[in-house]
Amino acid sequence: MIDITLTVNGEEMTGRAESRMLASDFLRDVLGLTGTHVGCEHGVCGACTIRLNGTTARSCLLFAAQLEGAEIVTVEGLGSPRKMHSIQEAFRRHHALQCGFCTPGFLMTVAEILETETLETDAEIREALSGNLCRCTGYEHIVRAVRDLVNERDGVAA
Amino acid sequence: MNESVRTAPTEVTRPKYVGEKVQRLEDPRLLTGAGRYVADIKLERMVHLAFVRSDQSHARILGIDADDARAMTGVIAVLTAEDFTNIADLTAPSRMKNYHATHCPILARDVVRYVGEPVAVVVARDRYLAEDAAALIVVDYEGIEAASDPVAALKPEAVQLHDNVPGNLVFERSFATGDAPGEIDAAPHSVRGTFRLRRKSPLAIENRAYVAEYDRGRDALTLHGSTQIPGVVRDELARLLDMPGNRIRVTAPDVGGGFGGKGSLYPEEVIVTALARRLERPVKYVSDRLEDLTSTSQGFDEVVEATLAFDDEGRFLALQADIIGDIGAYSIIPWTAALEPVQVASFLPGPYRTPAYLGRVRGVCTPKPPTGPYRGVGRPMAVFAMERLVDMAAAKLGLDPAESRRRNLVRPQDFPFRIGSGIRWDHSGFMECLEKAVEVVDLDGFRDRQAKAREQGRWLGIGIGTYAELTGIGSRIAVAPGMPINTGAETASVRIDATGAVTATFATASHGQSLETTLAQIVAEELGVRPGDVTVVQGDTAVTAHGTGTYASRSAVIGGGAAIVTTRVLVKKVKRVAARLFDVDPDSIQTGDGDIFVPGTNHRIGFGELARAVYSDMTTLPMEARETLEAQESYDPFLGTTTAATHIAEVEIDPETLAIRLTRFLVAEDCGRMINPMVVDGQVHGGVVQGIGVALMEELHFDEAGQLLSASLADYLIPTSAEVPMLEVHHLETELPDNPGGFRGMGEGGTIGAPAAIANAVADAIAHLGIGINNLPITPSKLHALIAETQKTE
Repeated sequence: MIDITLTVNGEEMTGRAESRMLASDFLRDVLGLTGTHVGCEHGVCGACTIRLNGTTARSCLLFAAQLEGAEIVTVEGLGSPRKMHSIQEAFRRHHALQCGFCTPGFLMTVAEILETETLETDAEIREALSGNLCRCTGYEHIVRAVRDLVNERDGVAA
Repeated sequence: MNESVRTAPTEVTRPKYVGEKVQRLEDPRLLTGAGRYVADIKLERMVHLAFVRSDQSHARILGIDADDARAMTGVIAVLTAEDFTNIADLTAPSRMKNYHATHCPILARDVVRYVGEPVAVVVARDRYLAEDAAALIVVDYEGIEAASDPVAALKPEAVQLHDNVPGNLVFERSFATGDAPGEIDAAPHSVRGTFRLRRKSPLAIENRAYVAEYDRGRDALTLHGSTQIPGVVRDELARLLDMPGNRIRVTAPDVGGGFGGKGSLYPEEVIVTALARRLERPVKYVSDRLEDLTSTSQGFDEVVEATLAFDDEGRFLALQADIIGDIGAYSIIPWTAALEPVQVASFLPGPYRTPAYLGRVRGVCTPKPPTGPYRGVGRPMAVFAMERLVDMAAAKLGLDPAESRRRNLVRPQDFPFRIGSGIRWDHSGFMECLEKAVEVVDLDGFRDRQAKAREQGRWLGIGIGTYAELTGIGSRIAVAPGMPINTGAETASVRIDATGAVTATFATASHGQSLETTLAQIVAEELGVRPGDVTVVQGDTAVTAHGTGTYASRSAVIGGGAAIVTTRVLVKKVKRVAARLFDVDPDSIQTGDGDIFVPGTNHRIGFGELARAVYSDMTTLPMEARETLEAQESYDPFLGTTTAATHIAEVEIDPETLAIRLTRFLVAEDCGRMINPMVVDGQVHGGVVQGIGVALMEELHFDEAGQLLSASLADYLIPTSAEVPMLEVHHLETELPDNPGGFRGMGEGGTIGAPAAIANAVADAIAHLGIGINNLPITPSKLHALIAETQKTE
């Protein structure tokens, strides 16, 4: 067992884990942050996407031990039910989620691409989102939500 | 076009919520990581399961050596079939003639029949240990031959998978109207094809998961399951564990997608629940993706050989089909193996006026995971085969595919119309949807672009998929033939509590359908409060006497119908009570936006005040006027209602790489009155994209020995945002169906029309090569093989 100290959503935390424990299980089962979901455990579906030192990462492909000293942001760090983040608001406005299981991963990806990508066309948005699988929405409303956020970011009237 | 459009059946003076884009009430929790899915549940003293699953498709179990596993620290128990002799095998009975129910032990006993079948289960302190121990268990198998191919499994020499299923034929059924073979022989023209859809996985992003807790003091069990059908699971568990239903509670908390895959009873549900009682502690099992791909029910696996005969004008005369459904190893519970293949046969005639029909369908068991409901059930296959035949017939006469449909669709004056399989279509916009889609897509303009592109060596294609489906079906029609459970009714109860707050309870179970919002919209509109004032409780057998769940595009029609009839009873009570308070005639009272009032007067109170007068303040009302502000009513549509749509797909195929790119997709659909247009769009989009997967990507590929070769998400590909074009949806509301809300179900339609439209578009793009598309998915490598084969024959 090892002790892992890290910052999650701005709060310093410590948890014990076996050296083989996955980061996704550590966040969910040890730290109790169940907003990060596990859909495939082989790095394809993107439901477990978190931000690790500012960059998106698949927490199912990381060991808990790799989080030592890291700055982590999970979906719980975006906003709360009574005070949602603008990305969460946009997803709600556009009905960009149905069952909600893949949603935390999408939100983390969107948070990153809004900072790093120009996303001038919808094709670019689709490309940037293509590492996250959603089985409910057909992506249409997710793309519209991101378009709205990009326009807001760029000061473009919709 | 919309001459028959009429306004909503109920006249309301209060603010309207039905038909509005109300933002979802479930969103704040699901967007912030505050949802509660089964895997999120953590209980004191909870233990974890890992299953040992068969790696053989058909084999005798000679022995199971679990000594090393049992000796591991942290392992609490290892159990096999002999530890569950008190639990009966799972069977799906049916009154259907020529049907053989299979017997599925909850853990394989003596014989395994598919790769992925559970053989043993480990109980351990944590999941990592449970998996370690499972890996130490050695099962000694002796392989038995078996035909993995359904056609081969029907041959006389094929090895029998079940002793009680002669010739591997689980069921056989025919539908006949008129003399189809005779008409085909006499007809001037006919087209014929053998069509095949390859097996799919429903593939919800949340894998199946179950947590059971046991109350020792009361000898009562609660199963929290990722299920679409908590009511069915409760009823089955009560029977299997021989306990009364009031001591078994099944809840479906937040569920991460279902699509049919969570719509059947699974052995794991029984095992988790039984073990919680046996061990007297909470038991948790969360399946992984490999287990999902090998043990969750699979969909769409039929071979359809069909002939369509028509006259010189392209009018359909007769349709004949022979359908073989590969049902996998066991007949799925409770629906039976007949669910999917029989619907292929019963829906094959589709929305057309074909006078003669003969459809024969056989269900064959093979050593593969069981098939079960998957979005669209039977109809994606039926529509794919029929719509290909329609295009082939049009091509034979040089007719435009839209014109061919126009000449054969059931027309507005024909409703109600009974098709050759016996299904009765009620009024729905068959023709209107086709005309709208064709108008929007600009077919003539496309043909010009297509011709120009062809000159430049680019292959463009367009395809139509027109269909009708039966939704919200009542008790007169079983979801599957002869099935002993009633899926045709829903009961709602709506109550105003002592604080004036409104709670509405249903036996539905939402796994993405937005029912917490849409049902609240209905109750709010009928009662005169705001949607946010209504809490919808569902997916919990403790709060309803009977109910099955959410599947088969039923919840808006039947659940919504129950919401309306129940709330109307409650409103009458509210008005009677308020009338006593105001000393006016109950008919003069109105409700709206949380107020109860008499227009034009200063009589106005809130629901809180009304509740206080009834429940708490014993001075304002005489005892006999204190009516409990609660109502419970059932709704059963008896028959079903018809939903129709036309889908149009445009594709471009790269002549060098044969990559197939979907460039446009549009839907014109008639789902009656929309409760929430945003939600309707979302359902259509999601369904269409699953249909795109059906057509272009998804295939559970089994080898001859029944081993799954596409057992990860790197091998079983589903559409990502990059493969999907913008989706256009056009809503038409023709004559409303005869149910309280005027609703038609629309949760599955997207998946029904899209495969056919895309197959026709691909066929159109390569028409110059003389190749038809009869197998889905069609991928670049399959297209290459088709072209190579044609060139070889030439």
